[in-house]
Amino acid sequence: MNSELKISVRNLDFFYGQSHALHQISLDFHEHQVTALIGPSGCGKSTLLRCLNRMNDLISYGRVHGEVLLDGKNIYDPDIDVVTLRRRIGMVFQKPNPFPKSIFENVAYGLRVNGLRDKTLLADQVEKSLKQAALWEEVNNRLHESALGLSGGQQQRLCIARALAIEPEVLLMDEPASALDPIATQKIEELIHALKEIYTIIIVTHNMQQAARVSDVTAFFYLGKLVEVDQTKVIFTRPRLQQTSDYITGRFG
Amino acid sequence: MRVHFHKELDSLKKRILSLGAMVEDRVRMAIKAIETEDSSLAEKIIEADSEVDETEVEIEEECLKTLALHQPVAVDLRFITAVIKINNDLERIGDEAVNIAQRVVVMAKRDNIDPVFDYSYMAEKAEHMLRKSLDALVNLDLDLALKVCLMDDEVDAMRDEVYDIVKNSLFDNRDYFGYLINLLLISRHLERIADYATNIAEEVIYMVEGEIVRHGKLTPHLKDHHT
Repeated sequence: MNSELKISVRNLDFFYGQSHALHQISLDFHEHQVTALIGPSGCGKSTLLRCLNRMNDLISYGRVHGEVLLDGKNIYDPDIDVVTLRRRIGMVFQKPNPFPKSIFENVAYGLRVNGLRDKTLLADQVEKSLKQAALWEEVNNRLHESALGLSGGQQQRLCIARALAIEPEVLLMDEPASALDPIATQKIEELIHALKEIYTIIIVTHNMQQAARVSDVTAFFYLGKLVEVDQTKVIFTRPRLQQTSDYITGRFG
Repeated sequence: MRVHFHKELDSLKKRILSLGAMVEDRVRMAIKAIETEDSSLAEKIIEADSEVDETEVEIEEECLKTLALHQPVAVDLRFITAVIKINNDLERIGDEAVNIAQRVVVMAKRDNIDPVFDYSYMAEKAEHMLRKSLDALVNLDLDLALKVCLMDDEVDAMRDEVYDIVKNSLFDNRDYFGYLINLLLISRHLERIADYATNIAEEVIYMVEGEIVRHGKLTPHLKDHHT
């Protein structure tokens, strides 16, 4: 854990109406590391992920207490511009959700929204993002065809390219490979491995082996609480707590 | 699937324990053969070794299958890796029992002098270590496993003692070189059995604690645990 601290969650609570979904979470995320959030359904891992770029603001009955410091600055401070925040912290969802536009336009979308008009710059950035997402080779001869014609695995990498196009600092991934076949999953995992050189990555996954393969740090959640966090190699060989051991070995959950 | 997997782990545990019992039995027979100079008992041990070998291969195959099909982690992963190693140790202990038996067969064919060394204490100690290491395995008993590790030094010292005794006796018993060398070899085989028992105990510690304690690497935390 030598790399710089990127996000620091401090005493975070989250409520959906009366329901207390996250209890006093304190957790650090470091630059150039992949952190996996694991735990059974309803443990709060996706809620935490969505707190990190204020996606939960969209839930009218949601309430948050505590701090999420991005480079030391609380993202819940009143002077924070949420659009800028989400430009810095990109997100990829469980199901590939490309826009019903061309491959090119999907990736260029965020750039255009952010005011980029120069065609050469747009084309360069689209190419760079598709290359980063390991999709360029497969689509460079049909950039102007509909994104909906791509396979599921390609669509998911397109969504990653779309998230990367606006050059975020952090990439949040909510079960990015759960809807994909093993080969597409492998590509996404290799991609995560390559992308951590540039980004800070936080991934929610139900697939324990995937967490073990792709992450440097694993955090285990249960009933809205952070139970144990450690280096992934420690969590999967000798976790400190019985509860963690029981979950990862399939004795409950 | 998980229920199925845990049943497989249970069955693996039963199999390694039954191999342990089988090997322990061979060691006991080998010791008896030394004491009684009974070459027909020794022949039995030699012939029956294939049973240990076959069981070892079956257990290893079962471990590999479980690793491939279930990708176990944490305590389950430690259990299977420990079983793979203990399985190997037990097979080698079986080989040492055979080695002793072969010495007994050779020695029974020749004229011997009076024993220059009484093996009963050394044999008892090695057998005791083996039994305790298997008890530690059955009960995942950390304390007992640590005790076994500490006993190994005593057996090493006895082997050194035999070496000196045999060396000194060689001058006075020039006609019995073969016999004396066989005695030395038996002490070596008993000492190896104690070594393998120590390995088993170390694997039990790894299974329970997740710490590798081979090569004298007892961490302060485990030392405290023992004292």
